[in-house]
Amino acid sequence: MSLSRSDVENIAHLARLSITEADATVYAGSLSKILGLVEQLNSVDISQVEPMAHPLAGQVQRLREDQVSAEGQREKFQRNAAKVEAGLYLVPKVIE
Amino acid sequence: MTQLHTLTLTDLAKGLKAKQFSSVELTKHFLNRIEQFNSELNAYITVTPELALQQAAVADAQRASGNDGLLTGLPLAHKDIFCTDGVLTTCGSKMLSNFVAPYDATVVSKLKQAGVVMLGKTNMDEFAMGSSNETSFYGAVKNPWNLSKVPGGSSGGSAAAVAARIAPAATGTDTGGSIRQPAALTSLTGIKPTYGRVSRYGMIAFASSLDQGGVMCLSAADAAMLLQTMSGFDENDSTSVDTPVPDYIATLNQPLKGLKIGLLKEFFEQGLSPENAKPVRDALAVYESLGAQLVEVSLPNLPLSVPTYYVVAPAECSSNLSRFDGVRFGYRCDSPRDLMDLYKRSRGEGFGAEVKRRIMTGTYVLSAGYYDAYYIRAQKIRRLITDDFANAFKQVDVLMGPTSPTPAFDIGAKVDDPVTMYLNDIYTIGANLAGLPAMSIPCGFLNDLPVGLQIIGGHFAEAKLLNVAHVYQQSTDWHKRMPARYA
Repeated sequence: MSLSRSDVENIAHLARLSITEADATVYAGSLSKILGLVEQLNSVDISQVEPMAHPLAGQVQRLREDQVSAEGQREKFQRNAAKVEAGLYLVPKVIE
Repeated sequence: MTQLHTLTLTDLAKGLKAKQFSSVELTKHFLNRIEQFNSELNAYITVTPELALQQAAVADAQRASGNDGLLTGLPLAHKDIFCTDGVLTTCGSKMLSNFVAPYDATVVSKLKQAGVVMLGKTNMDEFAMGSSNETSFYGAVKNPWNLSKVPGGSSGGSAAAVAARIAPAATGTDTGGSIRQPAALTSLTGIKPTYGRVSRYGMIAFASSLDQGGVMCLSAADAAMLLQTMSGFDENDSTSVDTPVPDYIATLNQPLKGLKIGLLKEFFEQGLSPENAKPVRDALAVYESLGAQLVEVSLPNLPLSVPTYYVVAPAECSSNLSRFDGVRFGYRCDSPRDLMDLYKRSRGEGFGAEVKRRIMTGTYVLSAGYYDAYYIRAQKIRRLITDDFANAFKQVDVLMGPTSPTPAFDIGAKVDDPVTMYLNDIYTIGANLAGLPAMSIPCGFLNDLPVGLQIIGGHFAEAKLLNVAHVYQQSTDWHKRMPARYA
């Protein structure tokens, strides 16, 4: 599987990553190489195999009630944000 | 008095208990060594001297009043992937270069409660994606055994810090070998526990079905002591397993007579030169002399570990790292034109080249039309590999082989070719795919560079691994070697 520069630009868009044209060419090369490595997986018959998402057999993700379990610490958390005002996160205007 | 930095954590604990030195004295000794050596090694991203001395004073007071435990007053460094309340937590990335964690990871809070003193946060490959510590936004880390070589990765800063004795032990994380490979390359004892054994709450996620926290230190006894405190159920981590934690120290000395060791046929056949294999084979001979029995076992699907991993891990990383959007925390680009521009440039500028490569690989294998061909196929082969391990453990107690195909390589040697770099993890990835506990312990040298022996156990067999490693370390002294420059 070989990826072109425009394939990479499309993937970068899906991943919300800005990359330069020069970088896209470099990534086309390295991503193609990685997919070449991954082609080894086609050598095995997997028709009778169930996919495995969790490494421990029989373990299920625990669920919990969706309720507040700790005191609100909005100010502390918002200290890490680039722009906040009146307790709100600021982003560029979304609706014209 | 013996130089404090040359002692193991176990001996330091005895010295503190016997009041031969205080935690403040011990902590100052290590802070002085950090001051002296860190600039040439680049092992720490952040050093926290004031906090460390404050915690040391509290530890000394606890000891004076009889409220002390096994770990009270011992200094330690945390990999900068663990969130530390009020302390910069970068994950080796520009994306988090301004991130002051608002809470402690469970591993951090457990060790803190046990009286452990934090010296600082160690360098690492960006978001733990790398095998040489060269992808860090904060620059490459040097291997204390040879400053022109890599220390391995992704826990390369932790490895260099402990190997150079500027920390007596450090935490690490292992997604595809990130504790074991750097431990091997710097002559340390490192353990990646079973998936779910150590809480991942507050440990910045890379690949959630593979990530596991552990330790890097100078002996199996040291690892047992730390792991005892770090392990256990945590309701804040939905993958944490509610299984009792055995007494790891109590079983360290069990004799190995009758132990069945499986030699991984595929490991010795795949990419391992005879001179690289020699220290490993010598270690196996030691085990035989200790009464263990060697059996060759074959895991036919194991050679597919690397391609399987490089589908599963990037897929999970592309999902996990989508949280970095420049809005609530992390790097934000200057003057974004609109929301799309904010997302794209914050991520494009905030992530380094390898992280972007993995996000894009993951995005591709999860995209419509390719999901079954790549992601589902990889998940199926993951099951075949896991079944191979399960079959092997029906015949043997532990599996052994090399940790890494070569000793430490030159800084810069593999940075231009991701696939060559990925093949460094050829022996370590299997344990992550199967969720198994695995260790690396020092077993010799090749051209003056350390070589590691890997020991893999069945699920929740940490006590057995530590026992097997400890008995070897009682009859050999590879783990006591230290780089002359830092002795």
